[in-house]
Amino acid sequence: MPAGLRHISRLFPLSGGFMIEIKNLSKEFETADGKVEALRNVNLTISDGDIYGIIGMSGAGKSTLVRCINMLERPTQGTVLIDGCDIGSLDKAGLRKVRREVTMIFQGFNLLMQRTCLKNICFPLELAGTDKAEAKKRALELLEIVGLPDKANAYPAQLSGGQQQRIAIARALATEPKVLLCDEATSALDPKTTHSILELIRDINARLGITVIIITHQMSVVEEICSRVAILDDGEVVEEGMVSTVFSSPKSAAAKRLVFPDGADEIMTGTPGERRIRVVFSGALAAKTPLIARMAMEEQVVASILGASTRSIGDKAYGNMLLGITGGDEMVHRAMEYLSGIEDVLVEEVTDHV
Amino acid sequence: MFDKLFSPEVLEETLWILQNEIPLAVWETVYVTVLATAFAIVLGLPLGVLLVVGEKGGVLPLPKGVMHMLNIFINLLRSVPFLILMIMVFPLTRLIVGTAVGTTASIVPLVIAAFPFVARLVETSLREVNPNIIEMAQSMGASPFQIIVKVLIPESIPSLMSNFTVAITTILGYSAMSGIIGGGGLGKIAINYGYYRYKYLVMLIAVVLLIILVQIFQSVGTRISVKSDKRLK
Repeated sequence: MPAGLRHISRLFPLSGGFMIEIKNLSKEFETADGKVEALRNVNLTISDGDIYGIIGMSGAGKSTLVRCINMLERPTQGTVLIDGCDIGSLDKAGLRKVRREVTMIFQGFNLLMQRTCLKNICFPLELAGTDKAEAKKRALELLEIVGLPDKANAYPAQLSGGQQQRIAIARALATEPKVLLCDEATSALDPKTTHSILELIRDINARLGITVIIITHQMSVVEEICSRVAILDDGEVVEEGMVSTVFSSPKSAAAKRLVFPDGADEIMTGTPGERRIRVVFSGALAAKTPLIARMAMEEQVVASILGASTRSIGDKAYGNMLLGITGGDEMVHRAMEYLSGIEDVLVEEVTDHV
Repeated sequence: MFDKLFSPEVLEETLWILQNEIPLAVWETVYVTVLATAFAIVLGLPLGVLLVVGEKGGVLPLPKGVMHMLNIFINLLRSVPFLILMIMVFPLTRLIVGTAVGTTASIVPLVIAAFPFVARLVETSLREVNPNIIEMAQSMGASPFQIIVKVLIPESIPSLMSNFTVAITTILGYSAMSGIIGGGGLGKIAINYGYYRYKYLVMLIAVVLLIILVQIFQSVGTRISVKSDKRLK
């Protein structure tokens, strides 16, 4: 599909534009203490060429969900369609073929430590029975793509974490997959390396048109790279949508916990008579202007910052701030008026514990 | 005993044995040990692989009953004392080698005694392989057989090498025991001259040579194991 068309299909996904459709998916585990429901009635559709985030706290069922997408875990109920094919109905041989089209990278990289990088990248091709010379040629190309052309004969132990993940990405791309599953792929890396790996994934997505699913517990990862996100909490999808929408005005308790990790809403022991408003920045250019100070000068509204979690990406601000304002309705009204007048800033009054 | 240990006659006789019988005995010991270890690995490696891949949640789960039998069989063989085992397998030895006496014949009981041991060693080596790597291979569409030959075994080569070294030194010790029932080698020299004919100096020399052989096998084995490990730089 040409890039333009792909873009349009992403904006207006037709029924045929879905790469992955997950329907009524449930998964139960038998443990010593009885049954544990890891996933409950999960429904997701992921468009072709999308970068899709699945975020949740530890134990929310993210890893189980991603393992159901390639049937490493058999769902107890429900279906997974990949490019229209119900992979739950496939036999073992059929499933092995699908797994060449839905490859995976991991938190721990999982490289074969006794093989060189080149041989690691050749591994899935070996499994598929590709001709050796051809596999080597492809592996060398992939080393080029991931930016490590000089590491062909190095062993994984000689590489840094970020480099190891690049090799793992090259390996995952060897069989020319349609879908790349990233299971906490950047969780073991430092912020700078995380950024460069995400850049690489974005580049691959754009260049090769591979649908990417990112499983993470890090908001920053989803913000940086994903177009859509699903929030998983205790085995259920509690919120789903465009990243900007979900993160700027989270509705579910789980989403709020993720977006306001420091529990900004819970700092409730304010002074009597103080009213609280929450300011959400979703890409506002206001990052560099001293917003609160200007509000004080121009509107004579004195606000104390009760909690803030903002970050600047490029010259834009994302995140939220909780302000405490004394002086009754009038002041609160003026503050909200002032702040909501700024582009990409959302304001709401916080009335109670959320 | 010690005043006679270094008398001129004893020294002369010992020298004669050293020149005429010890070289062959060393060769026999090495030959028996290496061959027995090789066969024990041939039988023990697949068995050890089965013990790991066949269990519940393994790469190739086998029926519970089969795994149970396999474990009992291995434990059974391992619990029979080697000396008794040697005598018990006489019929099998005759069937395979044609005779139950002699250097080559002693390889059969050695293999029977060693392969269950090797299977257990292989089992521990393969269990060291990171389960996430096996999951990775499955996620890339590897069949159980591919996981065994391309992941499990290659990834545990260093550990297998050091365990095979343990096996070869143990088998070397067992091979000396087979001297009692007609096996050749340094064990035979030590028993025949030292035990039956009170030539302690000969026995001492045989024991020292056995120690040297163990040292050589051990250091070569350790070297191979370390050299083969690509996790170290």
